[in-house]
Amino acid sequence: MDAILAQLLNGLDKGGAYALIALGLTLVFGTLGVVNFAHGALFMLGAFCAVAFRALITMESVTIDETQLSPWGSPLEIREPLVETWFGDWGAVIVDYSVPLSIVLAIPVMLIIGIAMERGLIKHFYKRPHAEQILVTFGLAIVLQEVVKTFFGPNPWPQPIPSDFRGAADVGAFFGLQPYAVTYPLWRLVYLAFSLVVIGAVFAFLRFTTFGMVVRAGMADRETVGLLGVNIDRRFTIMFGIAAVVAGLAGVMYTPLLPPNYHLGMDFLVLSFVVVVVGGMGSLPGAVAAGFMLGILQSFASMTAIKAIIPGIDQIIVYAVAVIILLVRPRGLMGRRGVMEA
Amino acid sequence: MNFFQLPRNEYVTLGVFSLVVLTMPLWLQPLGAAYPGLMQQFAIFAIFAVGFNILFGLTGYLSFGHAAFLGVGSYTAVWSFKLLSMDVIPALIFAVLVAGIFALLIGYVSLRRSGIYFSILTLAFAQMSYNLAYSVLTPITNGETALQLAGSDPRVLDGLFASGTSSIISSPAILGSALGGIGGFYLCAVILLIVFFIAQKIFTSPFGMMLRAVKSNQTRLSYTGVNTRPYTLAAFVISGMYAGLAGGLLAVTDPLAGAERMQWTASGEVVLMTILGGVGTLIGPVVGAWLIKYMENIFSAYNERILQFYFDWMPDGVQDFAVTVTSKFVGEGWKLTEGLVFVLVVVFLPGGIMEGVRRIRSAVGNRRKNEEAPAKLSTSAAE
Repeated sequence: MDAILAQLLNGLDKGGAYALIALGLTLVFGTLGVVNFAHGALFMLGAFCAVAFRALITMESVTIDETQLSPWGSPLEIREPLVETWFGDWGAVIVDYSVPLSIVLAIPVMLIIGIAMERGLIKHFYKRPHAEQILVTFGLAIVLQEVVKTFFGPNPWPQPIPSDFRGAADVGAFFGLQPYAVTYPLWRLVYLAFSLVVIGAVFAFLRFTTFGMVVRAGMADRETVGLLGVNIDRRFTIMFGIAAVVAGLAGVMYTPLLPPNYHLGMDFLVLSFVVVVVGGMGSLPGAVAAGFMLGILQSFASMTAIKAIIPGIDQIIVYAVAVIILLVRPRGLMGRRGVMEA
Repeated sequence: MNFFQLPRNEYVTLGVFSLVVLTMPLWLQPLGAAYPGLMQQFAIFAIFAVGFNILFGLTGYLSFGHAAFLGVGSYTAVWSFKLLSMDVIPALIFAVLVAGIFALLIGYVSLRRSGIYFSILTLAFAQMSYNLAYSVLTPITNGETALQLAGSDPRVLDGLFASGTSSIISSPAILGSALGGIGGFYLCAVILLIVFFIAQKIFTSPFGMMLRAVKSNQTRLSYTGVNTRPYTLAAFVISGMYAGLAGGLLAVTDPLAGAERMQWTASGEVVLMTILGGVGTLIGPVVGAWLIKYMENIFSAYNERILQFYFDWMPDGVQDFAVTVTSKFVGEGWKLTEGLVFVLVVVFLPGGIMEGVRRIRSAVGNRRKNEEAPAKLSTSAAE
């Protein structure tokens, strides 16, 4: 029981990341009809927003104190983070919470990047075949990751978890098991909650705002909405920006779990595409459900008991499920009728 | 109609192409790329790209998993070296066959879908092979260490002919004579010419015409009563065999097979080559492969010192600025250039370099005279 619970949690937080990326991909596909291979790169850019934010707030002023000597005999350098000189004690808290706080930086940055990407490149590809969309966004992904590499170098950048969330939560006790039978890293729980909040926010935005209503109408029938005098292109551009923000936020909060490096995006891209296809192209609930489902399946497949029965299953389970789903249910789990059924 | 028959202009293409390939050591000299290891790669990746183009260029099916066949070919060739003989011929035959069987299995399943689903399916299969090669299949693939030759390998066939098994790891040989660097290049070059000829045959045959029909409108083709599956599957298997051959040759020139050859970014690379050169043309993928391999090996070696030398004629301040800016795009940053060029090509020249050449040629031709119009009509009909 406790092993199952632990694996379930494991799968849920991994699934949260998959679901967030897949949600953004599906938003782009559902609105603009573009297959975006650069979406993983957006996830990576989000992660590097956190890195950049931390680099910014940990800038230090260096004063050399001639009266004191450091242990190795040179004049003592007093390094003081600028944030701490400006904000006093709050400065330390800001540095401690750099990862969640970098969301503030990531949202505008990702929005601008997303809109620039759509206006600058992707809008020329609406009428082109899907293969060409894949190719141009694949090229764009290479460019983005190489740009990041020139600025941040090839090595991963570990980011700290805020000190309040560093421990492990006693999840087992919550479910009435023995105390400390199942403990789980607190930050992963935070990530799970965060992904649920973001997913909920996106759905609420589409469901309960006029903007969202128009976008949904546009997803169903773009031409008619355009004929009614709505500037649907502009709204779809903004949706692309929102999709970029969702991917970026997923990346920001993931940095303490996996130190980001420049090819992080490519690693996540393949999996998130598999997730989208399993969920059904163009179906938002499908993407979320498939994200969590594949995350959970993957973590169960890596249990020793299961690996003993089928060796290597943990390596291929996601892809095997994708192959089976694609062959048995051509539209994926919840795909809409008529959307890319070829 | 005998086997070697081709339309006349194809003979010209083949002749010029052979000349270009065989004189590679000469014309690569001024470009600084005339060393055997690199030229072998030129030939091998040209084979890979030509094969990929038979699938993608003719049928329009975009496979993102072709590196799997390359990897399978490499592993098979190394196993043939280990178990049978150090001779190249059985190694290559087995590499092609095993890759073909693999392609048959994967293609049979993947070709049930088309469009993006086909891409994802091939991607999924390739990632499965890659992950398995790293984990469970370690006894076969030797995991991260990569499969290599050992003195204790049985080499049954070699043992039959030689007196006693030698404990020295010899290098791959063809019919008893060892392959040196330049010899290895000529082996790859001759094989490239043979498979290029086969690709020409496919392009000009009724079979190739059928594949093009699949690309232009598969629905209409099936309404006329044609079952397209055998055609696409055949194209998939053929291009998988090309990839296997390229993988086998990689193992021949350097008897070492690692799983990273199967990663999906490696599949992405052959896509880049084909698009860059010109998809659907015969020469295009070859040009693309050479360009990318040249960039990867020569361009990436440029450092600031070399750039300082190139920009020496500039005033000092400008020179430093120019060096700093360009150094972001060469050396370590060559992939950035590759990505940028690729994006530009897809946006402005969907037909790749070959389309660029054609446009320039037609622009020049138009200026000259418009009486060539009938001639052009006949060439476009031949295409």
